[in-house]
Amino acid sequence: MTEKPTITKAELAEHFRGFIDPEYVITDDETMKPYECDGMSMYCEMPLLVVLPETVAQVQEVMRLCSRHKVPVVARGAGTGLCAGAMPHAEGIVLSLAKFNRILSIDPLARSARLQPGVRNLAISEAAAEFGLYYGPDPSSQIACTIGGNVAENSGGVHCLKYGLTVHNLLSVELVTVDGELVTIGSDGLDCCGMDLMALMTGSEGLLGVVTEVQVKLLPKPEIAQVVMAGFDSIQKAGDAVGGIIAHGIIPGGLEMMDGHAIVAADDFAQAGYPRDAKALLLCEVDGTEEEVHEHIEQAETLFRKLGATSVRTSRDEDERALLWKGRKSAFPAVGRISPDYYCMDGTIPRGQLAHVLTEMEKMSEEFGLRVANVFHAGDGNLHPLILFDANVPGEFERTEAFGSRILELCVKVGGCITGEHGVGVEKIRQMAIQFNDDELAQFRELKAAFDADGILNPGKGVPTLRFCQEYRSLEHKQHSTNRDTDASHG
Amino acid sequence: MADISKQLQDQILAARDKGSKLNIVGGGSKAFMGRTPDPDASELNLSGHTGIVDYHPVELVLTVRAGTPLNDIEATLAEQGQTLHFEPPRFGDTDTIGGTLACNLSGPARPWSGSVRDQVLGVRLINGKGEHLKFGGQVMKNVAGYDVSRLQAGAFGTLGVMTEISLKVMPKPAASMTLVREMAVDDVVDYMNVRSAEPKPLSAACWLDGKVYLRLSGAQSAVEATAARWGGEPLDEADAFWQKLRDQQHDFFGGDQPLWRFSVRSTAAQPKLEGQWLIDWAGAQRWFLGDADKAQMEQLARDAGGQVSLFRGGDRNAEVMHHQPEVLCGVQKRLKNAFDPDAIFNPGRLYSWL
Ligand SMILES: Cc1cc2nc3c(=O)[nH]c(=O)nc-3n(C[C@H](O)[C@H](O)[C@H](O)COP(=O)(O)OP(=O)(O)OC[C@H]3O[C@@H](n4cnc5c(N)ncnc54)[C@H](O)[C@@H]3O)c2cc1C
Repeated sequence: MTEKPTITKAELAEHFRGFIDPEYVITDDETMKPYECDGMSMYCEMPLLVVLPETVAQVQEVMRLCSRHKVPVVARGAGTGLCAGAMPHAEGIVLSLAKFNRILSIDPLARSARLQPGVRNLAISEAAAEFGLYYGPDPSSQIACTIGGNVAENSGGVHCLKYGLTVHNLLSVELVTVDGELVTIGSDGLDCCGMDLMALMTGSEGLLGVVTEVQVKLLPKPEIAQVVMAGFDSIQKAGDAVGGIIAHGIIPGGLEMMDGHAIVAADDFAQAGYPRDAKALLLCEVDGTEEEVHEHIEQAETLFRKLGATSVRTSRDEDERALLWKGRKSAFPAVGRISPDYYCMDGTIPRGQLAHVLTEMEKMSEEFGLRVANVFHAGDGNLHPLILFDANVPGEFERTEAFGSRILELCVKVGGCITGEHGVGVEKIRQMAIQFNDDELAQFRELKAAFDADGILNPGKGVPTLRFCQEYRSLEHKQHSTNRDTDASHG
Repeated sequence: MADISKQLQDQILAARDKGSKLNIVGGGSKAFMGRTPDPDASELNLSGHTGIVDYHPVELVLTVRAGTPLNDIEATLAEQGQTLHFEPPRFGDTDTIGGTLACNLSGPARPWSGSVRDQVLGVRLINGKGEHLKFGGQVMKNVAGYDVSRLQAGAFGTLGVMTEISLKVMPKPAASMTLVREMAVDDVVDYMNVRSAEPKPLSAACWLDGKVYLRLSGAQSAVEATAARWGGEPLDEADAFWQKLRDQQHDFFGGDQPLWRFSVRSTAAQPKLEGQWLIDWAGAQRWFLGDADKAQMEQLARDAGGQVSLFRGGDRNAEVMHHQPEVLCGVQKRLKNAFDPDAIFNPGRLYSWL
């Protein structure tokens, strides 16, 4: 944002009520309260007001008005985001797409679906099921999160190793630009002429436009799926087994790992029958035709045993498969039960670095005096360390953030990145300066300006300003040199 | 096997100082693509910028310099039983990975295995200011910053010079088999889509000269069971057949008639246009050979839910890409300006106005 809005809250509300059902123009604090944060509730802000338009024409009009008056706009799906990407702007509006919740059409033969942006992720697969089809990316939040939010974050899920992320499963999006123009990017075909704007839009965190329609690809539902659960007495062995499976030529539908803390918490919660004494647990799902699954499951079992698994169990039926997954799927709430609060990180690392990074993390855990549980998409090296803390203890969240930041630095150092699927938002904006240099960040800002010269769409998110980076770097520099000083005095 | 990125950077900075233009050339195998290169621009040659920077078979990740020939990459991968799943076409012996990504070229497996753009994890790129930048990375999932890497797919080098590309690679399928049967063009689109909607290990589907070809790839048992169920004549020398399709070596692609590429909804009815057609990607990619009016072709493509481009031959001083709506022209011009403010790279190669 370069300039202040040129309109008051009352004037803006009146304009909106001229073309949006007044009931859906929210201006009072009490009704606005639920919009003050997304899933990352440590970051809150009250907006000027909230609008819930019901037609694309209304969204266009909202954007025209906000552009004219330089009012920041934060698009919002279900608000399950984990980077404070949907956190409001104090001088701006929240543009909720909650009313856009219709599945417009499903084409079973072409295997595609047209959706309004507020359709919930799980609702797509539920509606496609009667045709033997489903939508691939399945974030753990799929009951609640919306396809518009998924596009904005390029969300992933348990099955992304084999079936790809959101970016791999889209055909087209309809977009309202910052000045209210409506445009379609992509087509019903698999690619389009010219630079790949579809890819650019995916994961752009609501900074380039407002998504008003999404066309996704659907996949034929595999004939069967079976899951092998393998316990290990060391993280190292489990990490090697992940590489071993993949090097063997098997691409599992899902390959997830939990560490000792998570195993116990999840098993307490779901009674999934996990080996509670194991230091690491792998859940390896193989899906496909009956013949293929049969062949691969046998190979996976043998391989896990050979690589030192202390226990191996394979699901015999759908109930058992669901049970084994239940622990994994409820791991976050399960960890929530053993600690007043937890902070979920999202770094990605080369798979070969798993054991090293987890060991380093254990050391940091001691250093910061905070427990950490690990649940993650091992197949793609996407870590979700959950740092356990108590927000009511003064200073503990700050310590948690510092711990988190160190984890992300480590991820970058071993060749990984600061976020695999949750996005940058406000939460990881500082770490952008670890992953990118000033020229790269400047390039991002220029790219953003190509869509939104006045910086109205989701300001303060995704890409840090130049000033922010400079301040952060000098602060970091100072901190590092003080750390060195204290280290030296210890020595 | 050399890193000449410093020289490339110097050349770009020199061009910027002089106010001159540069045509980016990898192996030169795709000189026929895009619009006619600007005759006043000098060449920026990447064929000396080669070599594998990093390859960890267990990670399924490969990082290469952009001028590395596809042939070298595939040979290296083959030693580890791995492959580029998007089956990039080769139009000669010199095709590079950089050119393949810039032109967004993928082969017969594309609907099932993804495109070159789908497998890209990160790039290094020199922009029009001569800055050597790094986007994305070497890991499977990365949502930090805008996806500048995949934006390059189809950009024809208009945004910058890619110097290094990281890609996801995959194990070769354990077994594969191709089934052939005769089929009229009017029936084949439906047939291929019905097969695609089954949860079977289909990995390619094309129609050529009155015959439909389906390739199955995966576990031996799955391939055999599906083949027994679906029926059709097993094809001998199937690998050679698909390789020829991928590299456009079938007779269909011979001669010097204009070649049009339709990227459309896989189920779209076959356009009513007399002439020679080849259907690939289970209906999502269709090739037409012959003289035609571009505006008319665009209408056919729109009716089929997609776009058309003049892939080879014809008038290459006119537009060869599908017409872009005004809003997207504006966006692409501003993006160009954001990456290459002095418009140094590949002027007019993608669109006359870029
Ligand atoms: C328990 C839990 C588990 C989770 N598990 C996963 C997981 O496995 N994988 C994963 O990837 N994520 C996961 N998430 C994160 C989150 O669910 C995803 O990021 C999701 O895509 C957000 O969708 P949403 O509809 O809630 O979007 P919101 O939180 O409302 O918004 C997210 C971002 O998208 C923008 N946005 C929303 N809608 C639009 C639109 N129509 N146009 C433009 N911009 C828009 C917002 O401005 C914001 O920047 C999890 C979250 C929770 C709470």
